[in-house]
Amino acid sequence: MSDAPLIEVKDLGVRLNTSRGPAQAVRGVSFALRRGETLGLVGESGCGKSVTALALMGLLPESAVVSGSIRLDGAELVGLPDAAYCKLRGNRISMIFQEPMTALNPMHTIGHQVAEPLRRHTGISAAEAQQEAIALLDRVGLPDAAKRIDAYPHQFSGGQRQRITIAMALACQPDVLIADEPTTALDVTIQGQILDLIASLVEERGMSMILISHDLGVIAENVDRMMVMYGGTVVESGATDAVFRRMGHPYTQGLFRARPRLGARKGTRLKTIAGTVPELADLPAGCTFADRCAIVEARCRAALPAVVDVGAAHGVRCIRTDVSMAAGGSSA
Amino acid sequence: MSVFFLRRVLTLVATLFAASLIIFLVLDALPGNAAQMLMGADASPDAVRALTVKLGLDQPLTVRYLLWIEGMAVGDLGNSYVYGTPVAGLIAERLVLTIPLAIMSMLITVVLALAAGIYTAANHNKLGDVGVMSLTQVGIALPNFWFAILLILLFSVKLQLLSAGGFAGWDDGIWPGIRSLLLPAISLAVVQAAILARVTRSAVLEVLREDFVRTARAKGLGKREVLWRHVLRNAMIPVMTVMGLQFANLLAGTIVIENVFYLPGLGRLIFQSIANRDLIVVRNCVMLLAAMVVTVNFVVDMLYAFIDPRIKVSNL
Repeated sequence: MSDAPLIEVKDLGVRLNTSRGPAQAVRGVSFALRRGETLGLVGESGCGKSVTALALMGLLPESAVVSGSIRLDGAELVGLPDAAYCKLRGNRISMIFQEPMTALNPMHTIGHQVAEPLRRHTGISAAEAQQEAIALLDRVGLPDAAKRIDAYPHQFSGGQRQRITIAMALACQPDVLIADEPTTALDVTIQGQILDLIASLVEERGMSMILISHDLGVIAENVDRMMVMYGGTVVESGATDAVFRRMGHPYTQGLFRARPRLGARKGTRLKTIAGTVPELADLPAGCTFADRCAIVEARCRAALPAVVDVGAAHGVRCIRTDVSMAAGGSSA
Repeated sequence: MSVFFLRRVLTLVATLFAASLIIFLVLDALPGNAAQMLMGADASPDAVRALTVKLGLDQPLTVRYLLWIEGMAVGDLGNSYVYGTPVAGLIAERLVLTIPLAIMSMLITVVLALAAGIYTAANHNKLGDVGVMSLTQVGIALPNFWFAILLILLFSVKLQLLSAGGFAGWDDGIWPGIRSLLLPAISLAVVQAAILARVTRSAVLEVLREDFVRTARAKGLGKREVLWRHVLRNAMIPVMTVMGLQFANLLAGTIVIENVFYLPGLGRLIFQSIANRDLIVVRNCVMLLAAMVVTVNFVVDMLYAFIDPRIKVSNL
């Protein structure tokens, strides 16, 4: 693995035009990912993790304003014309989406859909693309791939369809795979299988992966590094084991405590984080978590806190880490 | 496919049967005796009675209905009360005008509507979208006979490009016939196209919001490729449904438009036959229109199964 980052994101900001007016959906997101590394984005719905992913794919709505820099192998992607972006999408950067039931076109055969990126990016013949599609579907564990190549999406289960979308995303051997909640819509029994499949493919092909999830368990088991997002900002980032060992941000700690646990004493109330996620259209001026934080002070509301290093490459966007990490930092 | 097909054929036959029954009963329930109407108020009762027997109007209702059905099965629709010639021949000579007119006007409708609908959806909320959609709003509000008169004023009176009415027939080749049907076809098409364009636009916009559109974009397809390869086929189902329904409107529209342009078509035949109380012609013409509408909608249903793979399987 070379030292130069494959993907380098600096101070990424995304402004969306929502029905309630303009909203700063993402601000100040920075990270670098080397070839073969895996990064997890975790947070509640609306925290900006999917918007960050779509910004990397260049698939935000036209009205969105992207600021900052996204570099793939040193080449700037922000402001890249769509025609040039099309050459990267599905080729060097691929994405797996959350809803396998609706992510496939119901009118086209699965073989056609898996072969489509190959035809688009590699210029191989239809017959070769078909053969390659069968091989890909075999690899992702679709039973009877060769026989079912001309079947339509509605003839498959949710888990099988997610395997098909994975085959589609991997068709052109991308450098970066973005998986946006790839197992959220699936049965629990299938979730593990799909995550294992993704992990083994990432390792086998030396891809970098950005895994997006609201599930801390999924993040803990599948990525080297993680970023916790809240209100469009990264509130904590670091190596996964370091973050789980010493959670620095009150939000990360709250998220961890809010996991449902097996074996909890009957009648134990599930811990929740008080309050609700702020509307992106009217975020508070200071720390985005201020309104829900147990240890909030007046100065938290003055300005967005800077990132504080609390360990090797472990950053927390909180000015009260002295309190938060003394009190509950060892909760893991 | 076969069960789907069979079920649709049965529906088709049942609908035609119901239509024939309603048409027959409604026309029979009209007040007044056809024979009396034909001979005038001064005719002697004996002569009227003789004509009644001659026309078969003295027979019971069920017998007359069954005779009509039997006649349709063998292609003998009886003779016109007014002209005395076979109804089948009367209708056939009118259809050589009305069927090409309907096809031309449907083609114009589909081409205009798909072009406008796809263009506006692809340029959603931009100036072109707003402009074209305002035009369709005007199109929907236009009465077709009034628009026909405007077309005559422009193309026939002012520019002298096309004739203001009449039908050139097909004897001198295809072009004179098509030229004389062009203005009527456009007048019929404009309102229909305006409605269908709006349906197409909203159908395309709805499909553009689907997840698989984003998936297709994530594969590296450009917006235009996604529109043509992934969106249109999915958007065609509602568009075709409305197209089938519009065909009925279009046939009804020919009755007015053929009168505006003095075209000897089926619509004008119906209009004249109603005026003349030539009920046997009216009955058969209306039945034919019903059959055309039902058949077109049957074809649309068959096309669904052709376009959408989910329909075949769910009915196997």
